[in-house]
This record gives sequence, structure tokens and C-alpha cells, in this order.
Amino acid sequence: MKDPVDVLIIGAGASGAAVAWSLAETKMHILCLEQGGWMNPAEYPSTGRDWEAKFYGEWSSSPNVRGRPEDYPINDDNSPIKVVNYNAVGGSTVMYTAHWPRLHPSDFKVKTLDGVADDWPIDYDALTPFFEENDRMMGTSGLSGDPLSPLTHPPMPQQPLGLSGAIIGKAMNKLGWHWWPSDTTVATMDYEGRARCINLGHCTPACAQGAKSSTDITYWPHAIRAGVELRTHCRVREITTDETGMASGVVYYDKDGIEQFQPAHVVIIACNGVGTPRLLLNSASGRFPNGLANSSGLVGKNLMFHPYAQIYGYVKEPTDSNRAPPTCLWSKQWYDTDLSRGFVRGYGVQFVRGAGPVFEAVVSEQKGILPWGADHHRVFRKLNGHRLGFSAICEDLPEEHNRVTLDPVLKDSHGIPAPKIDYTISENSRKMMEHALARGREVLETAGATDICINSPIPWGGWHLLGTARMGTDPERSVVNEWGRTHDVKNLFIVDGSIFVTSGGVNPTSTIQALALYIADQMKQRLANLFD
Amino acid sequence: MTDQLSLTPRQRGDLRTIAAMIIPASEEYRVPGADDPAIQADMLATLGRDTKQVAAALDHLARLAGAPLVELDAARRDAVAQDFRKHGGVAAATLVRVVLQCYYRDDRVLGSLGLELRAPFPKGHVLPDGDWSLLDPVKARGGSLRRAP
Repeated sequence: MKDPVDVLIIGAGASGAAVAWSLAETKMHILCLEQGGWMNPAEYPSTGRDWEAKFYGEWSSSPNVRGRPEDYPINDDNSPIKVVNYNAVGGSTVMYTAHWPRLHPSDFKVKTLDGVADDWPIDYDALTPFFEENDRMMGTSGLSGDPLSPLTHPPMPQQPLGLSGAIIGKAMNKLGWHWWPSDTTVATMDYEGRARCINLGHCTPACAQGAKSSTDITYWPHAIRAGVELRTHCRVREITTDETGMASGVVYYDKDGIEQFQPAHVVIIACNGVGTPRLLLNSASGRFPNGLANSSGLVGKNLMFHPYAQIYGYVKEPTDSNRAPPTCLWSKQWYDTDLSRGFVRGYGVQFVRGAGPVFEAVVSEQKGILPWGADHHRVFRKLNGHRLGFSAICEDLPEEHNRVTLDPVLKDSHGIPAPKIDYTISENSRKMMEHALARGREVLETAGATDICINSPIPWGGWHLLGTARMGTDPERSVVNEWGRTHDVKNLFIVDGSIFVTSGGVNPTSTIQALALYIADQMKQRLANLFD
Repeated sequence: MTDQLSLTPRQRGDLRTIAAMIIPASEEYRVPGADDPAIQADMLATLGRDTKQVAAALDHLARLAGAPLVELDAARRDAVAQDFRKHGGVAAATLVRVVLQCYYRDDRVLGSLGLELRAPFPKGHVLPDGDWSLLDPVKARGGSLRRAP
């Protein structure tokens, strides 16, 4: 039998990397098991002429399409929004837009302010130092001083406005609406061993330059130098418990597919809002028949995606197309509740610079605006390199019927039951999306755009996997306490997006990592009585 | 669904014909059609994981046409193509995407569009910094975050 480790972390993505790095200073024996492997930037799409075609296959954002050995299948047939993720060292930070807003202070007090959902058991101020620490570690760029966003101090200047940003800025100014250069984790200057962005193009599916921050090139090198052990191609099947109900370790399959048992004194789950409930439900036992840490019955429930309402159009002037990171500006004009709009809560907006030629052709053909036949060439030249996009990230309120369960049939390559998603878009979200599309249309038309198209919800837009092991002080209404420890198992912690109580209306990775650092800090402060 | 790893000669013929219907050659823009031999060769060489769907789409097309597509008169061929585009489902969408993704990486086509014939890495692109005075009205207007208790 293997020697026990002090801390075993499951998952080497956004939160797993952050918690590993933070705990490393304790000099405990820390082991991280990751089902994927290390990435090789030389194989990233932007290194080849066929970079766009790869998005439809081996570099698809959908694990079901991608089907790499590191991926697990997800039954999301009963959801209008499909799960997208990435499984590797770095997790989904390898494949994300690097858009870097934070939750607002008001997002932590939704029940108090708006009478819906629940307040978080912590507030924004508790996370402030960890937001700052995380921004330094991930390396953010941006412009401090946005009047409608929490104050940030990006260590690097904002991305260039570019052609697209200027068109959007002028249109927003005509309408008198808020816009601001986005905070991003794209390095705009050489930073901590990372080279500056050279505008390779649409960097969502990984950055060959290393300018886009992902935890395989930020946190992990530091954590490993500090003594953390990272074991790749190791897929955890279940968390085991002992006769006292404490977590005793994990059963996993190693890189050769051999079943192994790794004992541990503390287990930390960092598998995202789908992978975490899947693992807890797969860890059911005689003592925990409904899944581990699930006495509340809430493991897997309250899944929040952020429905994306996207609208785009085509202007006469050239846009940045694929010659820049995809997002550059945000707007918080409609972020806070205004009941006169017909819905509660709100949405953030990220503006999109454009698209590459293959994507433009494929999507426009599907939308019916790019014809077959002789007129194809004329229309394509009108569309290509002229696209502007407006994407609203709509706050998704927690609803128990939106959930992750175990599929009774579907299994991964190791025979482990796969997750099944049941999800519907609420009436409140639908009204919010309609409002966003109307505002987006105004922006695009003010910019002179024509051929306006709608993509709402973005079907393969399930990037943000939140809420399925929520945080709270009441064990009957939450899965983890206010510092990330499960109510039921006192040496089991969760640090990923599944502990979100509400979703806010922004990309969540910054907040996920700040939470992971906060929980690590709480653990360090309580090492002497961690299990009390 | 067809379970095959490569296309039959009949399927290749229909792929060539439907590709030309999607994107014909253009003298005005000095570009080949998607039935160009080099573009067709690229499609066949890189079908990979799309082979089954494309073969299924071509089987569906063959059923609609009842004969090799190229042998139909123009009106009948157009009617079949419209039906295929409208009702062909995922398989037809995959075929069209394969045609488009191979066409829009051909050197002659990219050259005609004024695009550089290279991978994005390592050269990248230059992006204008832009006129940040555009942000002045936003700064002047100000605002405040919603207060949290």
C-alpha cells in the first residue's frame, strides 16, 4: 500500500493549482492527481495552417466531440446548453477566453438585496486579498478605475483597443452606455517568464505564445518547485471513507489503467461544477448511500451555467477578425437589478472582435446568410473580416431541478459512470436574454451593422459550471461550510466553482481561484484544529 | 449510419459535384471552385473523424438524387441540393463544414481574400492600440457600484 499523503488534491485546473500552490508553504506532503497530462504548446492549433479546422475536432471545446482519452463523456441531451471544458494540467484555463471580471460585492448578498436565491456566507471583502494575489499569480492586464466594476490593480496595461474596440466604443458612447477595456489574463508585456501577446488570433483553444495565462504555466511551476507532487493521467474513481466517516483516500486508475489506492489525511476536490458532484455521487457507500457529503441532498443540484445571449452583425469597416484575442471590452451597464426591465438581477457584456474565415463561412452558411452558388464569393467578402459581437453573460439563479446526476448507462473509458445534465433556462433568464439581445441590437445598429444574427443561448456555451456543492452555514441547505469544508466529512474540502451560491453575471474563473486561495488560507490558519 | 473509413468512387463524385454547387469557381475573384482537384484532395486526406458523417450525408444525397448528381439536369440537381441543405441534418452540416474548412485554407483562396498564407504562430499580428480618448466620456460620467450590506 502507498504511504499516505497529508493532502490529496483531485484536479490540476484553475482551483486545484491555486490551492496546491498556497498550501505548499506548509511543507506538508501534497499530491495532486490529474486525469489529463501536460500540454505541449508546439501542438496548439495556432501553430498550423489548419488551426480553425481543429476547433471542430481534436480541439473542440466539447469533451463529447473532442473525445480525447483524458476526457469523460457527459450526457447533456436534456439541456439546451452543452457542457464545455478541458481536461489537462491547467484544466479549462487551457481553453478559455481569459476574460477576467470578478463577482461584484452585491453578488454575495442577492437574497438581502433582491429577495431571491441565497446570500453567500462570506462577503466580497473576505476575498479581496485573494483576488489581488491571484491577479499577480495569473498575470492580469487591464485598466484600473472602471467606475462600474470592483477596483482592480492589473500589473499589465490593457490590450489594444484595435479596430473592433474603436467601433464598439464609438457606438456605446453615442448611446451613452458604459464600456471599459476588459481585465484579461493575456500578458500585454513580458511577465514572470511569459512572453507578451503577439495577437496569434482566437486564443480560446490555448496560446502557443504562452501569453494567455493557464495554470500549467503560472501556478504549477511554482507549486512543483515548492514540493507539490503532480501525478498526471490519474483518474479518480471514488473517495473512500473509514469507519469514523472521515475521508481515507481515493481509488484511482493510473496512466497504465491500473487501479490504485492512495491514502490521504485530507482530500480536496477541484473538479469543477460537473466533475465534483460526479465524483461525490460515485463515492456513495453504505455509510453515505446518497453520495459522499450529501446529507443535504444538494450535491449536483442548483447547477448554474450562465446562459449566453449572443448577437452579432457586420459593419462596413474592417474589424480585427481573427487577428487578436477574441474579447477586448466589457460593459456593466445592465449588471444590477432594475425591476422595470422585467427581471431580477442582470448581466455583464463581453464584446467580441470578430472571427476567422473558416468559422465565418461555416456559421454564416448555417445561419443562411452565406449562399451556395455564384453569389457565395461576393457575400463572403462582405462578411469576412467585418463581424462584431455582443455577448451577454446572464446571471443564472440557482434552481434545484437544474442538476448533475449519474447517467445509468454512459461510462468513461475506465468504466466510471458519467455525469448526466438536466437543465432548463428559467423565465427570469429568458427575459434577461431578450433584454440583452435588444440592447445588443441597438449597439450593433448604432455601429452601422447589418445582417444581424442571434445565437441565444449559445448552445456550446456551458463554460461556467457552478453551484452543485454550494457553500453555506446550514448543513441542511449547503454542502460545504463558509471555508470550504464539507459539512459531513471533516477532512474533505471543495474549492472549485461548485461551491458558488449564486453565479453573478461575469466569467467566474477569477472568483473561483480567489475562493480556492481563501480556503487554502483558512486551512492554514486552522491546521491545529482542522477537523474540529 | 454508414460505417466506413473512406469514400467510394460514387461518393467522391457526388462530393465533387455538391462542393461545386456550394462554391463554384469565379473568374471575377480569380478563385477555384470547391471541386478543384487540390481542394478535393485536401478534403479526402483530412476527413478523419468526419468520414462517417460525410459518407452518411453522401448516401442521403444519393437517395435524393437517384443517380450520380452530375448526371442530373441543372434544375433537378438544384432541387436535390436544396432538399439536402434543408433536411440533411447533422450529416449534411458536417459535409458542408468540411467543404468550407478545406476551401478557406487553400492558398489561392486566401490569397484572393488578401490573407497571409501562414499559421498564426509565431509571427502573430499587429493590432492598433487605438484612440483611448474614446473612453473619456465613460470616465466623465462615472458611476458607482451597487452597495452591499
